[in-house]
Amino acid sequence: MSEQVVATEQDLLLSRFPEVVKPDERKGYDGYIVDSKALLDFAKTLRDDLGYDYLSSVTGVDYLPEGKMEVVYHAYKTTGGAPLVFKVQVPREKPVVPSLVSIYPGADFQEREAWDLLGIKFEGHPNLKRILMWEGFHGHPLRKDWHEPYYEEEHKPYKSRWPEGKAFRAEDRNPFGKNVDYPAGFDPAKWTPDISDALIYEGLGRIEKPHDDLPTEQIIVNLGPQHPSTHGVFRMVVTLDGETIVDLEPVMGYLHRNHEKIGERNTWLMNMPFTDRLDYLSPMSNNFGYALAVEKLLGVKPPERAEYIRVIMAELTRIQNHIFAIGMFLNDMGAFFTPSLYAIEERELILDVFEAVAGSRMMVNYFRFGGVARDIPEDVMQKIHDLAFERLPRRIDELDRYLTNSEIVRARGEGVGVLTAEQAIAYSTAGPVLRASGVPYDVRRAEPYGIYDRFDFDVAVRYHGDVYDRYLIRMDEVRQSIRIIQQALKQIPEGPIMTGKPQYQHRVPPGESYGRVEGPKGELGFYVVSNGKGNPWRYHVRAPSFINLTALAEMAKGHKVADIVVILGSIDIVLGEVDR
Amino acid sequence: MSTDDLNSPEYKDKIPEELQGTVAITTLDRIYNWGRRNSLWPMMFGLACCAIEMICTAAARFDFARFGMEVMRSSPRQADVMIVAGTVTKKMLPQVVRLYNQMADPKYVVAMGACASGGGPFKEGYNVVSGIDKYLPVDVYIPGCPPTPQALIYGLMKLQQKVDKQSIKEVYREAGKEIPIPVLGPDIMDPRDYDKIREYTLKKAEAEAQAATAAESAQSA
Amino acid sequence: MDGTGILKGLAVTFKRMLDTYIDDFKRGKKRYYTEEGIRYRQSAEVKGIFTVQYPEEKLPVPEEFRFVPFLVYDEGPNGERKDRCTACGICTKVCPAQCIWIKRATNPKTGRPVPRSEEFYIDIDMCMNCGLCAEYCPFDSIKMDHDYELATYDRHKDNILNKERLLKPASYYAQIRPLNYAREEEAKRQAEEAKRKAAEARAKRMAARKKTATPPKKKDNES
Repeated sequence: MSEQVVATEQDLLLSRFPEVVKPDERKGYDGYIVDSKALLDFAKTLRDDLGYDYLSSVTGVDYLPEGKMEVVYHAYKTTGGAPLVFKVQVPREKPVVPSLVSIYPGADFQEREAWDLLGIKFEGHPNLKRILMWEGFHGHPLRKDWHEPYYEEEHKPYKSRWPEGKAFRAEDRNPFGKNVDYPAGFDPAKWTPDISDALIYEGLGRIEKPHDDLPTEQIIVNLGPQHPSTHGVFRMVVTLDGETIVDLEPVMGYLHRNHEKIGERNTWLMNMPFTDRLDYLSPMSNNFGYALAVEKLLGVKPPERAEYIRVIMAELTRIQNHIFAIGMFLNDMGAFFTPSLYAIEERELILDVFEAVAGSRMMVNYFRFGGVARDIPEDVMQKIHDLAFERLPRRIDELDRYLTNSEIVRARGEGVGVLTAEQAIAYSTAGPVLRASGVPYDVRRAEPYGIYDRFDFDVAVRYHGDVYDRYLIRMDEVRQSIRIIQQALKQIPEGPIMTGKPQYQHRVPPGESYGRVEGPKGELGFYVVSNGKGNPWRYHVRAPSFINLTALAEMAKGHKVADIVVILGSIDIVLGEVDR
Repeated sequence: MSTDDLNSPEYKDKIPEELQGTVAITTLDRIYNWGRRNSLWPMMFGLACCAIEMICTAAARFDFARFGMEVMRSSPRQADVMIVAGTVTKKMLPQVVRLYNQMADPKYVVAMGACASGGGPFKEGYNVVSGIDKYLPVDVYIPGCPPTPQALIYGLMKLQQKVDKQSIKEVYREAGKEIPIPVLGPDIMDPRDYDKIREYTLKKAEAEAQAATAAESAQSA
Repeated sequence: MDGTGILKGLAVTFKRMLDTYIDDFKRGKKRYYTEEGIRYRQSAEVKGIFTVQYPEEKLPVPEEFRFVPFLVYDEGPNGERKDRCTACGICTKVCPAQCIWIKRATNPKTGRPVPRSEEFYIDIDMCMNCGLCAEYCPFDSIKMDHDYELATYDRHKDNILNKERLLKPASYYAQIRPLNYAREEEAKRQAEEAKRKAAEARAKRMAARKKTATPPKKKDNES
């Protein structure tokens, strides 16, 4: 985008919304501050007149010292380019912001998350319930003045560890011996549980429109949180008419591990191994995104060799994630275990590479700010070479022969779970889900990061938007990733792998930063705010699996109950990332 | 298992020499446990990252079918071992306890990974249970974050060793005993703790009221 | 929809089944329970049966593999232990899970801290095996272990590792991470060499100065 376009955009926005829209002039910040009264009009202008049709991330920041709550929005054009950031500031005591769900339906779950964790009320939201915690939980945990039961200090490292360290277990200091705390004056005997949740549990039958003079009943069925097909602890509350899905409500939070709260206590470096545990099937991509976000603030750039290593690792991650996803997807279709056994075999070989380079099969903790932790040894380089040039292309072809034209896969996949391009954009879906619906949006192309602009690859895109296309697109992407790795292996130079000296305490200049990568599940973004101290003030993850689920209900409606399992499998969620 | 393994050591000498290797004398416990230890069926139940390593253990490379564990059952009614693979959150805890209650006796719990054992790196989190052993009796703890598939198999072998040492009399003693299911209130509540909670919250309210009056009097002064 | 797709798919599985027999036949006894066999099953050429027969044969872990941390001590000439740890506390500061506790030793007479740890604990029920402590330890004292067979029956007794359980000799470290060990020893040797050379040079300079400057005491006063 040229400077001129930005200038006219800014002129247009400022002239159309005088007084209520101002450029954000804090040091290190970017974008606009919008008055909450004008937010809806502003968003409409963005979407309809300026072409920012994709609302990527919505999150809140608690500026406790200033007594303000801020909601931060990142919007993009699906034709590519940099984000437009806009913010709404409201007083902390009464944080009320108009909801954007009517303009960008993709804001649905993210606004609920901001309500749940920060207590920001979104006026006009159709279903403003807690999403990660349960209804009735005390307090909004991400507020800076809210303390967890094991609260020790505001920031790590804790003083009790050194030099007078005497090992203790936090539960031994709690009056209950458990990780619990209760509000003052609460009496369990007089307490009644929240009804709305209980109703769902009961699975109440409801009589609704009789057809053909037959009174039919709609029933509510719970799938999960313990269900073999939900890829972890995920729950779907499905309303059925016979076998047809009338409505579906995803319920999550069963793996909510308080990633963001812990991340705000951590130092900058400590968050790196925690990011591995977000989407635990593709840790290298998570490392990549976080490293980018912090490097933007620090203003460092990794050396050439490290850039290549990053790309190789990120693409290997994509391959192993996608073949695992294909295997599990076939599991969901009922081909129990043989396809996934074949897929896991290839994945194991890639994990061997990770283990040899980073030290762990899954939790790699490999990226550092300004480079990577260690170089790839010669023999491992040879193995990557063997995999990328020989084994993987051969095995992908085999998987292709095995599955792609199978009549069962086609019959169960074609025309099931259709999402049109317009819907895909509106629901802010990302990654394979978006591209299978015919939107060729890939962050590696739309806003190249690292050195992705140097490689020759195609953005895989399919047009039917059904389950089968989402399977095909993963196959296509694996092939493109192999292409990228092959090019990277040919071009990788010798040299250092780290800019500057390795250090563990980073002084990060104040400001905000949003680093995003095209993870295997879609656009993975890290929004961090620094106040110049050793810890992030705000650390938010724009999790693609979580936001892709916004479209699940739309995809599932009208299909049979057996199809939900396949539809969910085709989105490829990882609960560590959905719930964080 | 050869006849030598099946023999109870204390009876081994009593077998005539010509029949050694052909006839085995054993105790009921030993043969019963031999059957149990080689058909421990885990429940297909994964919570977090460790579940992926559990899947890898079940897959071709590590293949715990070699230990008679290939039938992972999705229903707790058909399972003997619950491998708690991953972080147990407060929101998930009632379901985990319910699943445990539904398992058939004798049942075993393996805490796989740091999170299931003691909360792991997420221990300080407000929604994390610091160790499933606060609620369920755990038989084997496997440290590691995550434990590699081989570490998991080692832990399961430890469980088999434990099964070996049990006697039929003990095994069913606890049968049918149910663990009260925790309730999601303002925080997770163990029904056994209700009195303690009331005592604690009342004390807290009192302390808060006192602090408020102290602040008020300080202000007016 | 004539079923040819399914048949083609089944042909793939059939071929894979045949492969297991062909490969077993081709490689014979070397395929199992030998180092060569395991290496083959880890390589990119592997075909046929992929299984590692775990307790009998173990998948070799690469040098960089990390599990829980341990502390390295050097062995003195008479077999006495010399801790490398100086209780500087950097590992406690980088540890993301905050699972390391160090009590720094003090001189009993003066009460001043001395560079030695009195107590050292790691709670492996919190440890996330990230390896940051080993990466940032300036004394090569804390390292990541390769031993993953740690399952226990009682975590409260076994899973808070104290110094006794953490300390392992440098020879063990050299055995599990030969390349790293060699590199670190080389760096140490070079550092010592440089130190020695600097000392020598300084001595030479001093000697030279002694020769040129007539009253050395006066010079000292001047500077």
